[in-house]
Amino acid sequence: MFAETPFVRSKRRSEAFAKWLFFAMSAAMVLPLLLIVGYLFVKAAPSLNINFLLDVPRRGMTQGGIWPAFVGTVYLVFISLAISAPVGILAAVYLNEYARDNWLNRMINLAVINLAGVPSIVHALFGLGAFVYAARLGYSILSASLTLAIMTLPVIIASTREALASVPMSFREACWNVGATRWQTIRAVVLPNSISGILTGVILQVSRAAGETAPIMFTGAVFFKAVQKGEVFAYHLNEQCMALSMHLYTISTQVPGVKESIPFATAVVLLASVLLVNAAAITLRALMRSRKKW
Amino acid sequence: MSEPPQPCITTRGLNLWYADFQALFDVNLDITRGLITSLIGPSGCGKTTLLRCFNRVNERYGYVTTTGEIRILGKNIYDPDVALVELRKSVGMVFQRPNPLPISVYENVVFGLRIHHPPGTFTRAELDEAVEKALIEVGLWKDLRDRLDRKATSLQLEQQQKLCIARLLPLKPDVILMDEPCSALDVEGTRAIEELMFALKGHYTILVVTHNMAQARRASDECIFMLLGKLIEHSRTEDLFLNPKNPKTAEYIEGRYG
Repeated sequence: MFAETPFVRSKRRSEAFAKWLFFAMSAAMVLPLLLIVGYLFVKAAPSLNINFLLDVPRRGMTQGGIWPAFVGTVYLVFISLAISAPVGILAAVYLNEYARDNWLNRMINLAVINLAGVPSIVHALFGLGAFVYAARLGYSILSASLTLAIMTLPVIIASTREALASVPMSFREACWNVGATRWQTIRAVVLPNSISGILTGVILQVSRAAGETAPIMFTGAVFFKAVQKGEVFAYHLNEQCMALSMHLYTISTQVPGVKESIPFATAVVLLASVLLVNAAAITLRALMRSRKKW
Repeated sequence: MSEPPQPCITTRGLNLWYADFQALFDVNLDITRGLITSLIGPSGCGKTTLLRCFNRVNERYGYVTTTGEIRILGKNIYDPDVALVELRKSVGMVFQRPNPLPISVYENVVFGLRIHHPPGTFTRAELDEAVEKALIEVGLWKDLRDRLDRKATSLQLEQQQKLCIARLLPLKPDVILMDEPCSALDVEGTRAIEELMFALKGHYTILVVTHNMAQARRASDECIFMLLGKLIEHSRTEDLFLNPKNPKTAEYIEGRYG
């Protein structure tokens, strides 16, 4: 009774194999990450200190620090998100709360989805044509930020819509049924209960804006710019700037005789700042989630 | 001889479609003011759809076409000069699942006042008074008077449902629509809500959709039986249950189908 038949045994074996295979593939994802981070840190170690962050590049960028590039990246990220966040959030509110299912809104949806799939080099070319030349903004932080903004916009719209959709329909019904308008409903109930998700979605775009090279290379990032050590307000909006991603590309491929640890240390700074911002986003979300109850 | 009281809600030739599907067929009814009227019938018979016509909240769900006439206190609610938000102010709705807003008890009760008046219309004292009055009316004041700043979503279900009713009262509605208000509640909660319905009766016209025939029988003055989108019978609750005129009604209340 209840003894194992050969068929049961073969099923048990394939079950064990399948489980092992799936686990191995999941584990295989972690390995490259650990290797990349470990390799970066080991290679970067000789240059990693606070002075590397605060100092300017010296001797034809073969020595010194990365301050101008770091500040430039901060500028680009903040200005681009300052543009794309309000536009994206408001658009998402329209699409999620007002738009009825008609051809116009389906077209808008389709456009948003397709915009998210456009390669960054195409965004770069568009930015060059639209902002640098047509809008006569020239090669500048403004042009580069606008280009990055267009690139991050569809993702912000998508993440905001997701956050809005997570607010239960019953809250909206409760409001409508006492005669609240849509806007009153959005202000009183929808936004307060989705703001953490919205903000998280926006903050997660920091890493994309900071990491992209092509869009800013075409529109406003430059090889070198003279900046004072540790100067915070280093650039004007109509100037070109240095940026970490661009700087990393330059010193890795274009400049001979760079101290070996400098490109790696630059990568570590880029990675660390992005991870730090992402960690902040996740903490924020966890914090706001723990406070809401329904 | 006094005139018979003017009906609170009147429909004439009311038809409703969800896209191609017709959910209501030529509904004609007169609902008496100040009474509790229950709507019964098997699932999908259109009772909730009919209920949702009366504050035009159906329109929010798209693909809905309505023909015919609905008059509330004599006014056709499909007239172009009817403001939806004003209609909904006087025709409030209570749902199956209590849906207090995720804000404090106090803010839930004054929510309606706040959205229907420009900021600064009411003093703090006036708002306090409105809250006290509404909560006394639904019997929550004793339990919650010291916990008005508590989040409404953390209350017990029965309290939440009472709060959802209290939320309508500061707007002085004429009609309260209830869509299976007790289906998420236990026996005690159901009893409490039914008692509350009796207490509110007279001041408000109450329309309640229910799956529970026993509830319709004990908690309503008049009863409407619907089947497949048609109004089959409408009479005093006692008459409908004791002497149904239509054989379909008789079979339903005997439990032959449903």
